[in-house]
Amino acid sequence: MIEVKNLVKSYGRQTALDNVSFSVKDGEILGFLGPNGAGKSTTMNIITGYISATDGTVLIDGINILEEPHKAKSRIGYLPEIPPLYGDMTVYGYLCFMFDLKRLTLPRDEHIEEVSKLVGIDKVGNRIIKHLSKGYRQRVGFAQALLGDPPVIILDEPTVGLDPNQIIEMRNLIRRLGKKHTVILSSHVLSEVQATCDRIVVINNGKIVADDMKDSMTSKAADDKLIAVIEGREQAVLSAIKKISGVVKVKKTGEPERGCGEYTIECREGADIRRTLFKTMATLSMPILMLHREELSLEDVFIDLTQGNGGNK
Amino acid sequence: MGAIFKRDFSSYFNSPIGYITMAVFFFFSGLYFYTTCLYTKTSDMYYVFQSMFLVVMFIIPLFTMKLLSEERRQRTDQALLTSPISITRIVIGKYLSAIAIFAICLSIFMVFAIVLAFIATPSISVITANILGLFLLGSSLISIGIFISSLTESQAVAALSTFAIEFVINILDSFASTVSNDFVKNLLLALSFRTKYNNFALGIINFADMVFYLSITALFLFLTVRVIDKRRWC
Repeated sequence: MIEVKNLVKSYGRQTALDNVSFSVKDGEILGFLGPNGAGKSTTMNIITGYISATDGTVLIDGINILEEPHKAKSRIGYLPEIPPLYGDMTVYGYLCFMFDLKRLTLPRDEHIEEVSKLVGIDKVGNRIIKHLSKGYRQRVGFAQALLGDPPVIILDEPTVGLDPNQIIEMRNLIRRLGKKHTVILSSHVLSEVQATCDRIVVINNGKIVADDMKDSMTSKAADDKLIAVIEGREQAVLSAIKKISGVVKVKKTGEPERGCGEYTIECREGADIRRTLFKTMATLSMPILMLHREELSLEDVFIDLTQGNGGNK
Repeated sequence: MGAIFKRDFSSYFNSPIGYITMAVFFFFSGLYFYTTCLYTKTSDMYYVFQSMFLVVMFIIPLFTMKLLSEERRQRTDQALLTSPISITRIVIGKYLSAIAIFAICLSIFMVFAIVLAFIATPSISVITANILGLFLLGSSLISIGIFISSLTESQAVAALSTFAIEFVINILDSFASTVSNDFVKNLLLALSFRTKYNNFALGIINFADMVFYLSITALFLFLTVRVIDKRRWC
């Protein structure tokens, strides 16, 4: 259980965090979403005790990170944005060092082997860290965070720099960990947090813009916009679509192939025009080559949230 | 603390820097030992130890330059500071690792003492005072070096700044002799590293001298802890 209350962090006149509060329940995976520079890393650094807040409190299982730092820190596994690796050590040597640093009392070699297997670095144990690829380094950093099986795991942009396969592996791993541990993970990619997290907190300019926005708003906003690639003359297509009931606005947004246009269709809230659109275009013999809902980008979420027509804030 | 000590100590041997600095130290101490003791056939190591003052000033920055600056540059300080270990223990662990490698350097004087024993009877108490003096000097310079290393992210800046400070320490005595104001003169002489070191080099173990070096060590280790702690707050 993590409770963050009224965190403020200012650097001189600049305010990096402005009254940030949220809480994470046991066994929950919380996604911390925001653009670069929103204050995600700052918040995570404060929760883990790396830096101190100007004001506010952080409680890890009821333990204040400022009052009893050792007790609180021993409950947290932290993977910072840049994994804290010593390039001159071997993977095994590094994990031994972190094991000792965290003063763990588990059987060392067995535990390190177990964690290494979990994140898939058991075959590179004797390699020097600086010779490893980015993906492997990220995993070594992850392994370090998992040492000692801490109840709270905090991951700062864990999938940055990984290839698509590794991202999927990482997501699966995080979901598996979420069953036993409390996890906070940050990202600036919406689909990423949507795929892994139980709950999403959105932060922008050091302020919480939305707490718990998982289903309510992302799907709704996405429902309202369709992207269609249709073959045919532009004017004819536009006028045909405009006649469909439920369509608010339509405009041509591109030309992916010769003779085909990409159209963005905005619909009234709740209206599903896909079937009517199909039939209309079919009778006009203007084939629909592709039809999909618009993928909601982070920018859209922010526009939606800051204009006050979404989220549960 | 033990984990930090072990890691930093072994990291001296993961790169050439540890070997090179030790080689330089052994070369110069050997050179001075040969020219002032063996060549002139005396068992008095005063001149050897007097010359070591400068050699130590040159090698200490190489031992301390990366201890904290590199942690910050590589962001590994995040691992240290989010672990359940206090900043004091981190700093002391690092200090001890530098002390340990410095102690290995000093062990060469045991060898010299044994060599001397073949040609004359060296005074064990004098040599003990010699080595103790050099050790205490090194200890205070190491803590100054660690302090400077905590202020920057660059090893080179840390090394050069430590050199600069040590240079000031080195000329403190000659500077004091040019000052006419008695108060300032006495203050500078009180801060002199060299006069206190020379006592040790002569074989005199003076309690006040020991306290001086140990106080400098403690002061700069304390300041280092403060610098790291302060950075978390702003």
